[in-house]
Amino acid sequence: MTADDRNAMTTTTAAAPLISKRAIIDWLGIAPFMIFALMFLIVPTLYLVTGAFLTPEGELTFKNIADLFTPSILSAYWISIRVSVASSLGGALIGFFLAWAIVLGGVPAWVRSGLLTFSGVASNFAGVPLAFAFLATLGRTGLVTVFLRDWFGFNLYSTGFNLLSFFGLTITYMYFQIPLMVLILTPALDGMKKEWREASEILGASTWQYWRMVALPILWPSLLGTTLLLFANAFGAIATAYALTGSSLNIVPILLYAQIRGDVLHNPNLGYALALGMIVITGISNILYIWLRMRAERWQK
Amino acid sequence: MKAQRLGAWIAIAIGAGYFVIPLLGTLEFSLRMRRGQYSFDAYQSVFSDIQFRETFGYSMLMALLTIIFGMLLVVPTAYWVRLRLPQVRPVVEFITLLPLVIPAIVIVFGYLRLYNSSSILPLTGSTSGTNALLMFSYMTLSLPYMYRAVDTAMRAIDVRTLTEAAESLGAKWPTILFRCIFPNVMSGVLSGSFITFAIVMGEFTMAALLNRPAFGPYLQLVGANKAYEPSALAVIAFAITWLSMGLIQLVSRFQKSAPAKA
Repeated sequence: MTADDRNAMTTTTAAAPLISKRAIIDWLGIAPFMIFALMFLIVPTLYLVTGAFLTPEGELTFKNIADLFTPSILSAYWISIRVSVASSLGGALIGFFLAWAIVLGGVPAWVRSGLLTFSGVASNFAGVPLAFAFLATLGRTGLVTVFLRDWFGFNLYSTGFNLLSFFGLTITYMYFQIPLMVLILTPALDGMKKEWREASEILGASTWQYWRMVALPILWPSLLGTTLLLFANAFGAIATAYALTGSSLNIVPILLYAQIRGDVLHNPNLGYALALGMIVITGISNILYIWLRMRAERWQK
Repeated sequence: MKAQRLGAWIAIAIGAGYFVIPLLGTLEFSLRMRRGQYSFDAYQSVFSDIQFRETFGYSMLMALLTIIFGMLLVVPTAYWVRLRLPQVRPVVEFITLLPLVIPAIVIVFGYLRLYNSSSILPLTGSTSGTNALLMFSYMTLSLPYMYRAVDTAMRAIDVRTLTEAAESLGAKWPTILFRCIFPNVMSGVLSGSFITFAIVMGEFTMAALLNRPAFGPYLQLVGANKAYEPSALAVIAFAITWLSMGLIQLVSRFQKSAPAKA
């Protein structure tokens, strides 16, 4: 429908080639997109953002923002941040070693293409089914739990391990974090020139010195930037956590979900402030990510 | 050098273990329904569930509509930006990346407040309105992937020359758009469509909060109430993701092998 509208408009201009009119038509060409973006992306978000600074009666206030700093909400943010930091660091670390292994480790080509293909799939395998997969593996009757019990007499759950906890959620999130890191970091590692390595070897540098003084200074914007992206990725995720823990683990998206469902905070505008807090955190980490990526691209020319 | 290769294999072994064990665990669990032996009972139970068929069909339909309307929005926009408005490219690209920055739950929260039954545009007041809103929300979620895929494909073709050639042959705008541009960016349209399909099939937050009977909320419901069926469903969901990504690989490989066409 949008295309037809625009086509109708453009045909009329072809008949009357006025410069100013043409400029208007040019802008009308992206009008459907802009209207869509305003209606379903920008205005809904701005509505929440402004709502965070209003009382239910519509007066300006900072009380909602101040109320975010109450213990129950702060603890939700704290758990969310901890899970996101832990899963992004873990994902970054393992993802880095995997990317390193396929780029510089001298493994056969099929391992590389296989791992990259799998990463493409696994980074999109999130949400509810991922929670099921981990329940079936590390739950009380899961494959690994039963295997450890029957073969080694080791009861995983007697060690205090619980899948429905901070640690359990972290290792579940890492399932989509690691592949994402591999996908983003592999091109960065591919961009490391052989000459740099050779030059440093000629100058007598050890492997450790090469990594510390040449490779890591070049790679750190990519590494840190991608870690921030993983952080934002975990911070906004809800489906996996909700399916895994129900509402027993009090992370921000689950709190917001409960707030949307039934106003558990007893103040709709406090819910807006909660959403604003999420936007601020994911927004900052994304802005830093973009900035770091621009720095990283300097070396990839 | 030898130590390095060993280290590489250790990293790969750990990674492969991390990826494969949960899948094996899920598969094994899904076969465990009958006591004492492996069987496909859980799958049988899933497939015979009428709700499974209904929600799966609903999400399939939603995915299809999202792809059609999404592409009708994204392809002309990307085309127009390349042809006439290169100066707004950064703005449009920024907007298409916003759904990755703003969490889905925040976006849907905004919808619920903005389009509730007492607002100017009461989309959530009726079933068909809510369905439309859910489709628009899926379009928003898949916007970054669709736009990126289509724009990459468009980079490979010379839109200006194609347009001028078509115009000089007397083609009208619908002809240019649907018979010149669309076929030439088909690889981008297809890979964007497959990833959209994978996203929509598994999506939970939007559908749950808009109260629509989609596949994602159904999965969550089964997970909360049954033992073996969730694993069977996870295997099915993984197969869908695998299929979508496999098709993307196939399409992009096809595109690479035939660059002369562009």
